[in-house]
Amino acid sequence: MPTPGPLIEMRGITKSFGAVKANEAVDLSVAPGEILGLLGENGAGKTTLMNVLFGAYAPDAGEILIQGQKVRITSSADALAAGIGMVHQHFHLAPRLTVLENLLIGIPGKSGRLDRAGGLARLAEISRQHGLTLDPDLPVSALSVGEQQRLEIVKALFRGAKLLILDEPTAVLAPREVDGLFSALRSMAAQGLGIIFISHKLNEVRALTHRCTVLRLGRVAGRVDDPANTTSAEMAQLMCGHEIVPPARGPSTPGAAVLTLDGISTSKHSGTVLRDVSLAVRAGEILGIAGVSGNGQRALAEVISGVRAPDAGQMTIAGQKVSRFSPREVQALGLGRIPEDRMTTGLVTNLPLADSMVLPRIGTAAFSAKGLLKPDAIRAFAEEQIKAYDIRCPGPMTRAGALSGGNLQKALLARELAFDPKVLIVSQPTRGLDIGAARFIHEKFLDMRAKGCGIIVIGEDLEELLVLCDRIAVMYEGRIVGTLDSADATIARLGLLMTGAEGHS
Amino acid sequence: MFRLEVRTSTPAWFNLALPLLAIVATLVLCSGLIALAGAGVLESYGVMFTASLGDSYAITETLVRAAPMIFTGLAVAVAFRAKFWNIGAEGQLLAGAVASCFVGAIPMPGPLAMLLMAIAGAAAGAAVALVPATLRVKFKVDDVVSSLLLNSVIYYALMALIEGPWKDSFSGYPISPPIEDSANFPVLIEGTRLHLGVVVALIAAPLIWFLIVRTTLGFRIRVTGENPEAARYGGINVERVLISTALLSGALAGLAGVGEVGGVHFQVMSDISPGYGYSGIVVAMLARLNPFGVVPAAIFLAAVMTGAEAMSRATGVPAFLSDVIQGTALLAMLVALLFTAYRVRRVGAAR
Ligand SMILES: Nc1ncnc2c1ncn2[C@@H]1O[C@H](COP(=O)(O)OP(=O)(O)OP(=O)(O)O)[C@@H](O)[C@H]1O
Ligand SMILES: [Mg+2]
Repeated sequence: MPTPGPLIEMRGITKSFGAVKANEAVDLSVAPGEILGLLGENGAGKTTLMNVLFGAYAPDAGEILIQGQKVRITSSADALAAGIGMVHQHFHLAPRLTVLENLLIGIPGKSGRLDRAGGLARLAEISRQHGLTLDPDLPVSALSVGEQQRLEIVKALFRGAKLLILDEPTAVLAPREVDGLFSALRSMAAQGLGIIFISHKLNEVRALTHRCTVLRLGRVAGRVDDPANTTSAEMAQLMCGHEIVPPARGPSTPGAAVLTLDGISTSKHSGTVLRDVSLAVRAGEILGIAGVSGNGQRALAEVISGVRAPDAGQMTIAGQKVSRFSPREVQALGLGRIPEDRMTTGLVTNLPLADSMVLPRIGTAAFSAKGLLKPDAIRAFAEEQIKAYDIRCPGPMTRAGALSGGNLQKALLARELAFDPKVLIVSQPTRGLDIGAARFIHEKFLDMRAKGCGIIVIGEDLEELLVLCDRIAVMYEGRIVGTLDSADATIARLGLLMTGAEGHS
Repeated sequence: MFRLEVRTSTPAWFNLALPLLAIVATLVLCSGLIALAGAGVLESYGVMFTASLGDSYAITETLVRAAPMIFTGLAVAVAFRAKFWNIGAEGQLLAGAVASCFVGAIPMPGPLAMLLMAIAGAAAGAAVALVPATLRVKFKVDDVVSSLLLNSVIYYALMALIEGPWKDSFSGYPISPPIEDSANFPVLIEGTRLHLGVVVALIAAPLIWFLIVRTTLGFRIRVTGENPEAARYGGINVERVLISTALLSGALAGLAGVGEVGGVHFQVMSDISPGYGYSGIVVAMLARLNPFGVVPAAIFLAAVMTGAEAMSRATGVPAFLSDVIQGTALLAMLVALLFTAYRVRRVGAAR
């Protein structure tokens, strides 16, 4: 439990980006041994505030105190020296170096040589204390995302961090890995470390943190002193300024199958292969695909999106057989797609948002004729969608990469839904989104379902799948090992199937 | 202490100011070399300026030099937009020159000859560019290396041609036979060398701009260059876009060679290009890959080249200075580009 006397205190922090006030007069403090939750909608200023603390941005006003002493932190090196460690959402590791070498980067060795023995000993000690095991000789490129995150945490501890900042650490983890992370964090806090934990998943925040600070539009909107005994709804109200009601999924009346896979297998490419996958999605139905990541979900999404041709099996969209497996073909047959990775396979971050919004349909009569673009139509379309989906950005010509995650997701959704797809495939639809934005996305899916669209949702968040889906199929090692009606499904049953423990249903 | 901080936005005037700044920085940096060579800096730059832009004849000479660099600059700009790293504009230019010289030597009516020369030269340049593009698309061969190496291959092929079958049997010089007189590009201003090809180059710039900004091919080129994965998932055939880009880029570089044969030299010799293909890279970078910017950038480099020759005659500073200025300009521009993405921030000394 927290002891009196703050470890770190931020006072009156203000930081603007041009006209945007990302932080305004923010106060925040963390006591030794305390896990502080930092909450807020997308764009509320959480990451900015932490970047100020970590020395990446200079604040326009305000001061930072460490154990009562005023400090100036102008670089991450300063922050590390002051005992502040940060695990960014995008990791900063050298992929070709080993775990141990990554730990030793920037640490002066004896007479210019790496102190391997000393490093190994410290690593072993940290691993033992907090259950953060890592193989020191594996190259980072061979680690899973969860292990890379573990390495980032160990790296911070290795440098003697007294305060650890974690920016949405659970967004990239499978549920089981989250448990491991939490027990490590609790063990660190027990040793007197201060921890700042950012997450959009309120049940995690309630389970882990001792206290919360809530930001809204860059200002402190409130504090929660007893998260464990505060409801998620109350926290959501603080974050958004209004109540968030989860959408109700009414009964569905599924029609004919709009997407069928029959005996689809893949082998050629790296990663998990698909083994004899058969499934059908009917019009007006949402089918969830659950599974620990790395069990073939990516390959499945690639086949359905037409980027990967299967070695065996058949696929139909709206009754038509898919023959060539090209993105253009499946699009033309009526498939819409919202990718897992918005930045790499979805949008073009360096070009105007409008370009990304018309990208898959640039060759259609709506946006071009005889090889010439229709710039006015493109602009008008983007403007219309920006309005309809309340995408927060200066305009259609803004660089797509300047938008926040939630707004990017809305833009992708707008782009796909504008053309009334018959089938929609989405991966991790609300990863990194605040509950208001997630709610909005869920509502849109339910609207599409009511209009007779068949939707496949690939996800790891079982609670989300249970709320959203009519049926849930579970993937394990490239196979579908069971399909449950959501009415019969429980997290426990799904969890069992996901480990491959239960046979076919 | 100073450090670089990521910029949150880039002011619009930067796009114009940066190249100008880079040019000023280049002239300042190079003034040291002129002084070292024992000449007056202001005097030398003065000679450079009057010789390249001082009167209308000088301006036409500079434009004649700029024309091939406009073409190669456009070739590189188009290719780099798609991140097809075409370093081979030099070889493509030479191929275009050879092909157009071959066609131009066949007797036929002038206008037809000129048209066929252009088509042959563009096709030859495109064919050369197709090689690195195909190697990249089919076998993932690095296009920087393959397009660069191909330049030497083409150069020595050209040498073999003019030392062999094309060798002038009277004089024994390694030059090709001249093209037909009727195939010589018309001169637009009496008493100058300003030929039709210069105008074509000046028209090509807005056409290429239109292609990149207003056509679906241009859209696909831009998207493929910025994010090939998103392009592929969005239904764009990335391989086909790369091949189309290469063909277009090679054709433009080939046209640079056509202009030199039809408008300036009327035959092919070993030094028909003083590195116009490589200068095209500098031009494209100075222009920030904007086809409109290619024209002033090419004129700047052309002025430096003509000016440096005159300066070397007047002040004894070696004409090599023109190469140094080009290289410095490229570096200065690359540094300037850094400032579009970053800004320098003053920070207090670390504790
Ligand atoms: N480098 C930047 N340049 C311009 N604006 C920025 C920059 N970084 C953040 N912003 C803006 O500042 C505001 C706060 O952004 P920040 O990333 O801190 O939000 P966040 O609370 O971390 O959101 P999320 O939950 O989506 O991660 C947003 O409006 C964002 O657009
Ligand atoms: Mg953030």
